[in-house]
Amino acid sequence: MSKITLTIDGQTVQVEAGTTVLEAARELGIKIPTLCYHPELSLHGSCRICVVENLDNGRLLASCVAPVADGMNISTRSPRVRKARKMNLELLLANHPDDCLGCDRSGNCELQTLTYEMGISRNDVERFAGEKRDLPIDDVGPSLKREPNKCILCGRCVRVCAEVQGLNALEFTGRGFNSVVSTAFDLPQNEINCSNCGQCVVVCPVGALTEVSEIERVWEALADPEKYVVVQTAPAIQVSIGEEFGLEPGSVVTGKLVAALRRLGFDRVFSTEFSADLTILEEGNEFIGRIKGNKNLPHITSCCPGWIKYAEHNYPDLLNHLSTAKSPQQMFSAITKTYYAEKIGVDPANIFTVSVMPCTAKKFEKVREEHRDSGFQDTDAVLTTRELARMIKEVGIDFLNLPDEEYDEIMGDVTGAATIFGTTGGVTEAALRTVKEVLTGEPLERLELGFMGIKETEVEIAGRTYNIAVVSGLNNAAKLLDEVRAGTSKYDWIEVMACPHGCIGGGGQPIPMTEETKIKRTQGLASIDKSNTIRKSHENPDIIRLYKEFLGEPLSGKAHDLLHTSYQARSKN
Amino acid sequence: MEATIYRSHVLICTGTGCVSSGSGKIKERMVAELEERGLQKEVKIVDTGCHGFCEKGPIVIVYPEGVFYCQVDVEDVSEIVEEHLLKGRIVERLLYKEPLTEESIPSYNEIDFYKKQMRIALANCGRINPESIHEYIAVGGYEALGKALTEMTPEEVIEEVKKSGLRGRGGAGFPTGLKWELTRREKSDKKYLVCNADEGDPGAFMDRSLLEGDPHRIIEGMAIAAYAIGADEGYIYVRAEYPLAIHRLEVALEQAAELGLLGENILGSGFNFNLHIKKGAGAFVCGEETALMASIEGRRGMPRPKPPFPSVSGLWGKPTNINNVETFANVPYIINNGAEVYSAIGTEKSKGTKVFALTGKINNTGLVEVPMGITLREIIYDIGGGIRDGKELKAVQTGGPSGGCIPADLLDLPIDYESLTEVGAMMGSGGMVVMDESTCMVDVARFFLSFTQSESCGKCTPCREGTKRMLEILDRICAGEGREGDLELLEELGNHIKETSLCQLGGSAPNPVLSTLKYFRAEYEAHIKEKRCPANVCEGMKSAYVIDESVCIGCTACTRVCPVDAISGERKKPHYIDPDVCIACGACAAKCPVSAIAQG
Amino acid sequence: MKSLEELKKLREELQKEMLARNSKGKTKIVIGMGTCGIAAGAREVLQAVLQEIEKRKLDVVVSQTGCIGMCEKEPLLDVQLPGKDRITYGNVTKEDVQRIIVEHVINGNIVEDLVVARLEEGGE
Repeated sequence: MSKITLTIDGQTVQVEAGTTVLEAARELGIKIPTLCYHPELSLHGSCRICVVENLDNGRLLASCVAPVADGMNISTRSPRVRKARKMNLELLLANHPDDCLGCDRSGNCELQTLTYEMGISRNDVERFAGEKRDLPIDDVGPSLKREPNKCILCGRCVRVCAEVQGLNALEFTGRGFNSVVSTAFDLPQNEINCSNCGQCVVVCPVGALTEVSEIERVWEALADPEKYVVVQTAPAIQVSIGEEFGLEPGSVVTGKLVAALRRLGFDRVFSTEFSADLTILEEGNEFIGRIKGNKNLPHITSCCPGWIKYAEHNYPDLLNHLSTAKSPQQMFSAITKTYYAEKIGVDPANIFTVSVMPCTAKKFEKVREEHRDSGFQDTDAVLTTRELARMIKEVGIDFLNLPDEEYDEIMGDVTGAATIFGTTGGVTEAALRTVKEVLTGEPLERLELGFMGIKETEVEIAGRTYNIAVVSGLNNAAKLLDEVRAGTSKYDWIEVMACPHGCIGGGGQPIPMTEETKIKRTQGLASIDKSNTIRKSHENPDIIRLYKEFLGEPLSGKAHDLLHTSYQARSKN
Repeated sequence: MEATIYRSHVLICTGTGCVSSGSGKIKERMVAELEERGLQKEVKIVDTGCHGFCEKGPIVIVYPEGVFYCQVDVEDVSEIVEEHLLKGRIVERLLYKEPLTEESIPSYNEIDFYKKQMRIALANCGRINPESIHEYIAVGGYEALGKALTEMTPEEVIEEVKKSGLRGRGGAGFPTGLKWELTRREKSDKKYLVCNADEGDPGAFMDRSLLEGDPHRIIEGMAIAAYAIGADEGYIYVRAEYPLAIHRLEVALEQAAELGLLGENILGSGFNFNLHIKKGAGAFVCGEETALMASIEGRRGMPRPKPPFPSVSGLWGKPTNINNVETFANVPYIINNGAEVYSAIGTEKSKGTKVFALTGKINNTGLVEVPMGITLREIIYDIGGGIRDGKELKAVQTGGPSGGCIPADLLDLPIDYESLTEVGAMMGSGGMVVMDESTCMVDVARFFLSFTQSESCGKCTPCREGTKRMLEILDRICAGEGREGDLELLEELGNHIKETSLCQLGGSAPNPVLSTLKYFRAEYEAHIKEKRCPANVCEGMKSAYVIDESVCIGCTACTRVCPVDAISGERKKPHYIDPDVCIACGACAAKCPVSAIAQG
Repeated sequence: MKSLEELKKLREELQKEMLARNSKGKTKIVIGMGTCGIAAGAREVLQAVLQEIEKRKLDVVVSQTGCIGMCEKEPLLDVQLPGKDRITYGNVTKEDVQRIIVEHVINGNIVEDLVVARLEEGGE
């Protein structure tokens, strides 16, 4: 590639040909404001907030899509630039509800921040006052809420859904001022081919896409003296929730998280890592059975509810490849309302199970009709990482200065294997640690599966070579699934996570979320795994006790009743 | 082949305009009448494409005399057969009459509407049967393709087109040869050629007429272009609302393929070219080339930023060249006659001819092809026959909905790309709307802006939101609620939208407003400051009607037609119109037998 | 079609069909078809003209005109070679047609014994 030299705000910079003006400016440490731009998505060039002036010809360029040219002389702050940026922002604001006070993204809204930074006043916007978009809110849930009136049509959600998830659940419709991002036939979000992954929420710069909040339901349960409220936290929460309180991504705050949950009033605090170990034992043994019988291969993991719903819509013919093992969240709740209820002598009718998840799809998973094996709805409420942080903030818990506390007894032991469930490749690694030992008695070397896209490896166990694939992002998954459908897949085991990087990059995680954030969170999880004394699920003493006292052995009749599930084909639209 | 010689050819226009005014029935009757008189072996009926003079349709031309009959009715057919075809007597009453002189003109070429035209792109339109490749070949069709394929290298073809000075007829005026060269230069296993027939300007129909009247010319132009850039596959993107054009294209594609003029190894040259028709759903923005390509690929028609230009990354990421229908129509002429002949026509920077769709308050409306550099005055008065009802010319709007309004005092402006842009208008695809003194320029600007606003793809902020706010301001000015500062705000917004929009739809949408603000500012000010619409067009600002009591006979005719019951009065006594209720619709004045009612 | 030559050959054939629409520079034959002409047998003359032209594959435009006032000389038939005077023949019969075509239209020699009028070139 050839080098291009240009001048930005009087500073000279040399960059590769094909670089955009925005990227070149960032190399110089000059931050150009953006809205529709997202570093992990295709270039869109629609918001026109990032305009800069080409001083040679006086033209205004959208810097996010303008390639650099040799000798270019750019200003990112000329009076014309500032005026044009402000006017485009004012035009967006003139068609935006005046509702910052009631917005879930207040304080964490890119539009609000830019409005402040550009010094836009109410009068600036009011000169454009006129018709505003007036469309109904789609909040039937259970996972995602759409408020089209807040939408600034930046198209990030449309692009993430199409380019990363391959779903196209959201698309622009209408023309001119009536343009809007909507679903097919404007159906409610719960009636369409949507995985509920929430990646659209994560990339939304404003409050147009959010999770359906369950905060109030949880507060009500906590305030109800009749209710015995049990909470589980997913492995990915402990390395991300610190961001909500100003910590670096990847900061491990497990102990403070437990302490905060106790202070919120939860009766028992557990980690989903406990049931992740349970998942490994069930799914690992299921896999061994399939290998022995050469049946339903490749075996495809089932712990990600976004992936499950995607498969039900788009690959209903492949559902027999999915592990029947429930996700750790659902195993945990089923065990809580049976085994644990018995242990502590509480009527399961009075147990209220809450899970804190990095995920919006879990909100849908909990209401699936298949998940009532305890005799009740197994999981009562699901909070995202963001929702839990908001509850902690509401009651003024000084999160950063909390002492470190331990998870509760009986279901409190966790392994490093379960911890790495929170990131792509973790489930596979954890399962193989157990599979290999079960089959050979030898420990497994660490797999270096990496972070993104499709990763594959070969593992030799007891003289047989296993072809393993790990994939995150549904568009990537589709490539492997098409091979399975065509009968050309060489794999024995495929792990699928709907969100890029797995749960640490989930749709319920703190915003903003960048590639860098996700890498740091993954590193946080890996550090916990390494420091854990027990790193294999089958060595977890609480799990051993659970099988001994209650379930019998993996894949037993009782285990099947409580820990396994079935899937349903759904329409492609 | 057995060639049958007919002594006379009767050309019946079957363009969309004439079909809708009844040319189908005329043909039926003509066939019957000829048979009745045993003339079917002497007289040939030929379906043709549009002559551009749709206002005077249905049009029938009788050769060899070339007599031009207009507004022919089914009932006139037997007279044409009896008098003209049998007895050789021209049917005077069906001839075209010049609007100013009332003189009847028998011959096509003598009519002012055609006399000043120079028909290159439209040369065959109305003169040959568009559904007969034989007629096209008989007038020299596909010889330019043969010449290009057998006697010229692709580079020579490009050089010839560059030298001819041909520029894109879709509106932007990019040099065609250069565009081809850019696509030729790209190395790729696959290249595409696209014909943009997504004609979206209201009132413009030159692309439709060309496709209906001479589809083979477009196919030939495209094949030459494909050879030049190295493409072997092409698309004609035509709106689904043009069923006749699509039908004629389908017929033409089949005929060309049958004769080996499309497909593999064309004329033994080794050059392959396959052509498909893609029907668009008629979104205005799909005329923008990146939106058009998105639509061909099956996605929402939304423009994307350029670069990369289609020549680098177009259809399915492959190098793609896109030209407009009229551009392709000029190509065979250039190859046949040479670049010098073509570049001798026109002005320094704008060569050749341009087809305009002439509409509005003008006597002769229709499609006209004129040499570049012709003045507005020549088009309006010499070709268009002047303003209707003897009124004064006020302005000419060119370039479709995002063009600009040129005031009457710039009537001697030579028409070319640069001069139109200079005065705040543009060439566009060649729409030309003539307005007289009864037109309100604020209302006109509002009309065009409401079109572009509702056809904006909604992608970029300035176009989606900005044009809406401009429209709201214009709405209130026209409703008599304009405010101090509105004009400045319109200008600020208009310039902002032009400067920061993603594509040329937004980049030109404010033109009608900005150009009328420039040339007709006083009219805007009258709306705002005096709450008065000088042309008396804007609803809500029209002054109420008043009854002259000394003339009124109290017949009550006015009370009966008033839609808002604003008129009261006893029978046989002078009536009274309540000015607060009157909506100035004028129904009463039209009904009054003694002309007692007028606007106050 | 496999070559440019084939295309050109096809064009030459097809051009004849289009003659009626392009009379510039072509020989014209005009037949008087007023009531008087038709009564005197102009239609038969016209048919004969068309047959001759087709038989000999001539590049000729045939047109008709109304009564020009010389009713007693009908059927009238005018021949005008490009750039030459317009010759009017009178009392033409079917049998005369072949002579006029061969001698005048093809060979350029006016059939003097049938001529009733002569119009100088451009007098049209």
